[in-house]
Amino acid sequence: MEDDAPVIYGLEFQARALTAQTAETDAIRFLVGTQSLKFDNQIHIIDFDDENNIINKNVLLHQAGEIWHIAASPANKAVLSTCYNKTNDSKVMSCAAVWQMPSGWETGSHESADDSAQNPQTLELLFDLDSGTQHSSSCVLWEPMGDGKRVISLADNQALLWDLQESPTKATVSSTATLEGKGQLKFTSGKWSPHHNCSQLATANDTAIRGWDLRTMSQIYCVENAHGQLVRDLDFNPNRQYYLASCGDDCKVKFWDVRNVQEPVKTLEEHSHWVWSVRYNQSHDQLVLTASSDSRLILSNMVSISSEPFGHMVDDEELSEGEDNPQEEKVKEPLKDSVVSTYEEHEDSVYAAEWSSADPWLFASLSYDGRLVINRVPRALKYRILL
Amino acid sequence: MGTHWLCCGGFFWSELAMDADTDGSGGPDESGRRRKVHGMLKLYYGLDEEGKISEKSQSLDPCDINGPHFDPELYLNKLRRECSLAELMDQETCMVKQIRSLDSDMQTLVYENYNKFISATDTIRKMKNDFKKMEDEMDCLSANMAAITDFSANISGTLQDQHAQITKLSAVHTLLRKLQFLFELPARLNKCLELKAYAQAVSFHRRARCVLQQYSHLPSFKGIQDDCHAIMDMLAQELRQRFRDGGTSAKDLSECVELLLQLDEPAEELCDKFLSHARSRLEADLQGLEAEIRPYPTAVKDASARRSSAGSPTDSSPKTSSLPSPTPNTDILEFIDRGCNEFVSSLCLVIASYQELFINHAQTGELASKNIPQMANRKLHVFVDDLAAQYFSLVERRIQEEKGVSDNSLLVRALDRFHRRLQAVSKLLPNSTVPNQGTEIVIRAATERVKQYLAALQSFYMDSLTDVRQALAAPRLSVAGGTGSGGGPHLGGGATSRDAPNSLPELLSILSASILNQIKSVLASVHLFTAKDITFSNKPYFKGEFCSQGVRESLVVNFIKFVCQSSRQFCESAGDKGGSTPPALLLLLSRLCLDFETSTISYILTLTDEQFLVQHHSPVTPVTILCTEAREAAQKLLNHYVKVQGLNISQMLRKSVETRDWVNTIEPRNVRAVMKRVVEDATSIDVQVGLLYEEGVRKAHSSDSSKRTFSVYSSSRQQVRYAASYTPSAPMDTNLLSNIHKLFSERIDIFSSVEFNKVSVMTGIIKISLKTFLECVRLRTFGRYGLQQIQVDCHYLQMYLWRFVSDENLVHFLLDEIVGSCAHRCLDPSPMEQSVIEVICERG
Repeated sequence: MEDDAPVIYGLEFQARALTAQTAETDAIRFLVGTQSLKFDNQIHIIDFDDENNIINKNVLLHQAGEIWHIAASPANKAVLSTCYNKTNDSKVMSCAAVWQMPSGWETGSHESADDSAQNPQTLELLFDLDSGTQHSSSCVLWEPMGDGKRVISLADNQALLWDLQESPTKATVSSTATLEGKGQLKFTSGKWSPHHNCSQLATANDTAIRGWDLRTMSQIYCVENAHGQLVRDLDFNPNRQYYLASCGDDCKVKFWDVRNVQEPVKTLEEHSHWVWSVRYNQSHDQLVLTASSDSRLILSNMVSISSEPFGHMVDDEELSEGEDNPQEEKVKEPLKDSVVSTYEEHEDSVYAAEWSSADPWLFASLSYDGRLVINRVPRALKYRILL
Repeated sequence: MGTHWLCCGGFFWSELAMDADTDGSGGPDESGRRRKVHGMLKLYYGLDEEGKISEKSQSLDPCDINGPHFDPELYLNKLRRECSLAELMDQETCMVKQIRSLDSDMQTLVYENYNKFISATDTIRKMKNDFKKMEDEMDCLSANMAAITDFSANISGTLQDQHAQITKLSAVHTLLRKLQFLFELPARLNKCLELKAYAQAVSFHRRARCVLQQYSHLPSFKGIQDDCHAIMDMLAQELRQRFRDGGTSAKDLSECVELLLQLDEPAEELCDKFLSHARSRLEADLQGLEAEIRPYPTAVKDASARRSSAGSPTDSSPKTSSLPSPTPNTDILEFIDRGCNEFVSSLCLVIASYQELFINHAQTGELASKNIPQMANRKLHVFVDDLAAQYFSLVERRIQEEKGVSDNSLLVRALDRFHRRLQAVSKLLPNSTVPNQGTEIVIRAATERVKQYLAALQSFYMDSLTDVRQALAAPRLSVAGGTGSGGGPHLGGGATSRDAPNSLPELLSILSASILNQIKSVLASVHLFTAKDITFSNKPYFKGEFCSQGVRESLVVNFIKFVCQSSRQFCESAGDKGGSTPPALLLLLSRLCLDFETSTISYILTLTDEQFLVQHHSPVTPVTILCTEAREAAQKLLNHYVKVQGLNISQMLRKSVETRDWVNTIEPRNVRAVMKRVVEDATSIDVQVGLLYEEGVRKAHSSDSSKRTFSVYSSSRQQVRYAASYTPSAPMDTNLLSNIHKLFSERIDIFSSVEFNKVSVMTGIIKISLKTFLECVRLRTFGRYGLQQIQVDCHYLQMYLWRFVSDENLVHFLLDEIVGSCAHRCLDPSPMEQSVIEVICERG
């Protein structure tokens, strides 16, 4: 059977920010933030109808500025955070804020999908993540699988842990970690570890990866020179607590065991330009998605360092049942690390890629020219993993 | 009656003719006439040359006057019919003439025959008379013979008795003489003992022994026997003593052993004694050798002094060890020489004399029956093997000390001598394993040597790389150093670096030449192992495996692989940390590997194959695999070079974009310094690469590449279109124009493999740099003047970078993208006038 063709969605504006709506587990829904200096920026809520291969979209206005980073609350579907640039009197400021979607966005969307005249609704600001000092926020991280009450924002050389519990409209900084060192240090990205009771954070600055303990806000490990050049993104293996993937400007994707930071466990060199994003599949951690400014998206099958290095254990019974199925034969082959597929639908640099939170076999990628592509894991691989 | 006569006549006639032929004095005329007559007669009788009646010649023609079927009537009729009268007349006269001559011939023959008859009759009569006389004489002779026989019988009858008596007397005489010998034996033996004529004594005793044994029941004989025994025991004692002392010459010794054997001394014991005696001497030799190997050897310069003291090892070794000599180890040749001269030659001597004594000699004598040769042989083998093992272990220890690779000929000569001398042993002991073990030692030494050479080659290579590095680090070669700016950096950079004594091509040629020379010299050294005059070179190992596996595979091929691998390591180790390897070295190594691929490898391997006549019994690494490996290494190095250089430029660009406040910048007045630096660096890289790599192919330039204007029109048009068609997004591409543009331009792989030429390398570096520029621009926000500055910078890059790349459209495209992205990121996108940009750029 043919794999389903990718579904392409175009935005009018250039865009870098993409996230899956984490709290939503039924519908396949992605959030995209646009970048435009001249027009009101938007957040596109993109619903994908898997059965009919149809995209439904809703647009919310994000008038504060162009969006560099977007993240959805893991608890509340309607809450999301953005990092945006605000231009004021020829001054560019990077801010971070938590927003609430207007209550009626979902109801009005379906019938008015083709009604271009309708004005989009505007996001409601819940609160700014502003510590008072002049910082430019690079990203906002929600506590994974938390109740949406804890948020970390990375701003310049500081990691700020915010407590949202006290009031729905006010955030307070509960603790801060500061990166000390020579020169102007700046966090480029970070990831909140879902392991260890969500008490760890990994950040990237320049070529180093650092781990932090959120309880003491102190550094616990540091991978100096993790990449030859800038580290662009990080992701934690959802099943193996010490495994971390990173990518960077040296075109490489590296997999680390943070207990031994001298050498990466594995290195992928498939991209021909900077790698901007790396994402583990949340259900099947052998599937790794990487997006690069060589306009390619690569899906790799890293079996050897996954939580199921020997593949799915197959019973004899199951084997004998499926003997007439030729696909069953592939199960017996030893599984090797391999590039599953290279997706070339994009024509500009791909800055973001995300797995769907609802369907583990589906992912979206966003290139700078505003093209969002939704793809599926090839069926053959899917069945090999499942069966 | 008539025919018979004729026959007889024929016989005589032919005899006559033969007579005439033999005497040959008849003159030519006469013999010719006779032959003619003979021929005619023959014809008449129908005889051919051989005297046989020839059927063929018999003409059936009745008109043939000479034929047997001649019919006169027919002939006449025929003549009458055919001929004229005159002819008939002629015929007639001719025929009459013929008839007449035939008649006269016949008469002569008849007369001659008659005469011969008469003389024959006379002869027979005379013979009859002679025979009668002879008969009488024969009768007389037979009577005489009978008388003689009678007389002879008489005489022998009378002499019979006397003869018997004489025989008896002579037998008694012999016996008496024997008895006398026996009685005199003890005295004789004593005398012999006194005179030390042991051989004489033993032979006497041997002669008497059986008799004495036989008659030992007689008291007198018994006495003699006892006496003899006593004496012989003494003699044996004496002999043993001599044997034990061992100081005597080999000849004496062998005589000694021979006699002892004849005296029924147990052969085994003698063997043991002989061997143990020999062993003590040989071990002394070995100890002398061992003393030379010791870490602080006790090399005594005067080897002869040691040799003299070698007889008593117990006192020689402490003496020598107490003399710590400052001189280093004697060289291996000297060592082996000594081993050969002392140990091996005396071993051979021992073997030879032993075989002479116990094996060859015993085989002939009555001792052979006692299986002595076999026993002796066994003992000899054990003995030789044991000692040889000791010797070999010493030699091996010594060879292992031979680590320096400076002079291989010494080692080879030593090994050759070692091997050659062992051949003597193999001649003496055909079944011995010693020569084989020796060959194995030689083989081990050779393989060890090959390994050492490989290590030496490798360290040589690493050393030369270090040298190259130092040369590169020397300030005069800093090609990147300011080589002028603006339009003329090309020539300037080239000139300075070419003037430098250690320019890249020179370094490369020096490096590759020195590698090649080193390989050649190593091959020459190793080749000594297979030289014709070396005894072990014709062993199958040295003909086959040593050449193919040893030299070709483990030396040459491994070295080439090492070069490739160590080159690759420069890419890997330096990959992440960046810049630990100077880029010029990467470039140089890349070129080196490429040269290896194109020529050097095949040259080296051909050289090896030719020198060593390698017959490939076992599979060997083909040239192509090595070439591929070298090419891969070259490719990897060059890619890495591109990456490193691209990164250097990228870093500059990135810093310049990241650290500036693009919103609040002033109006551009000139090109930013960093762009000039980029162009300078690109130029110097171009020069650097151009020194080692060919130009390469580039697409045709447009007429005025540097003048090409590129503007933000397309992007600003997009903006306009955005505004006009601003609608809530529909699932379709709105960014049509730029996407269509991209559809038709090929996807650009930024970090892709490059080809082995300058243009490709430069294209790679520039691609990496510009793409970085693009990505950095996209991360920033620009003000109006920020955009204009980028415009100016891009135009400047445009002016200078196109000349380096294979396809200038690539530069245009990337710069377009940069300016386009910048316009996107601009708060107030009002581009600068193209003419102004040009003016600024021209101003530099």
